[in-house]
Amino acid sequence: MSKLEAEDTDGKAIFGFWVYLMTDCVLFASLFAAYAVLHNNTFGGPSGSQLFSLPFVLTETLILLTSSFTCGLGVLSAYNGHKDKVVAWFSVTFLLGASFLAMELTEFSHLVHDGNSWTRSGFLSSFFTLVGTHGLHITVGLLWMVVLMLQVLRRGLGTSTVKRLTLFSLFWHFLDLVWIFIFTIVYLLGALKI
Amino acid sequence: MTEHKPVIVSHHQVGRPTLKAYVVGYALSILLTVGAYLAVTHHSFQKSAAVTVVVGLALTQFLVQLLFFLHLGTETKPRWKLLVFMFMIMIVAILVFGSLWIMSNLNYRMTPQQINTYMQNQAGL
Repeated sequence: MSKLEAEDTDGKAIFGFWVYLMTDCVLFASLFAAYAVLHNNTFGGPSGSQLFSLPFVLTETLILLTSSFTCGLGVLSAYNGHKDKVVAWFSVTFLLGASFLAMELTEFSHLVHDGNSWTRSGFLSSFFTLVGTHGLHITVGLLWMVVLMLQVLRRGLGTSTVKRLTLFSLFWHFLDLVWIFIFTIVYLLGALKI
Repeated sequence: MTEHKPVIVSHHQVGRPTLKAYVVGYALSILLTVGAYLAVTHHSFQKSAAVTVVVGLALTQFLVQLLFFLHLGTETKPRWKLLVFMFMIMIVAILVFGSLWIMSNLNYRMTPQQINTYMQNQAGL
């Protein structure tokens, strides 16, 4: 395969992955719609403004944002062929992503421990479904990152590895994009009691 | 007869991102996130104004990250990624606003008597 054809296949792969991301947006949109409909149905239980700690969520948000940035730096290093830098930046991304997930699970376990699990009210069902689906995507992303790092360490930075890193970076940036709306709609507007 | 296959240059290829794009995108995203956070916690706005500010900042950050992190703006013609993106926005708008519209309408049309009957039925469960 000539270099040009190879590049075109890469372009198709990236485009195909982009289409997947857009359909994933539709999945999240339906969960957002369910949350928007149900967020006042607290069934006598606590509302968002009583449950959420904004400084905690801001920290989570900044951690995820930083991981998105370091992921981008990792991809830049991949284009420049610096294998060590790629491993370093993606390790930082992994640690930040893992701390984000740990914070999210901490929040969940506090809620469940205080009797505010998904069975408490329609509001909490939709909250756990929406935020949990995002957390599940993050978990998949973390696993994907481990696999990619093993590939980089074993095979080096070939065209296929660089392509996979590019696809992963799109996925990771996309998760940060979804989180902007979770942060705004669930937490910030929840605190404003909308 | 030899056919000259036109050389197809990849159009979907992500334009090589630059360090500058990531740094600018990151800095703007931090400013917008912290700005939205302060708009809510400082109580300097009225509630309706705070909602407008927060939603506006979120949409701005959405655009910033699309351009600087997902490189949507660097695509050359034909812009297939942009096309699929616009289609997604349309579906999402129908889905979200349609759901809210239908559900609020159902809510509006539910009479107090129906609500009482419903709650009694639920209480028996």
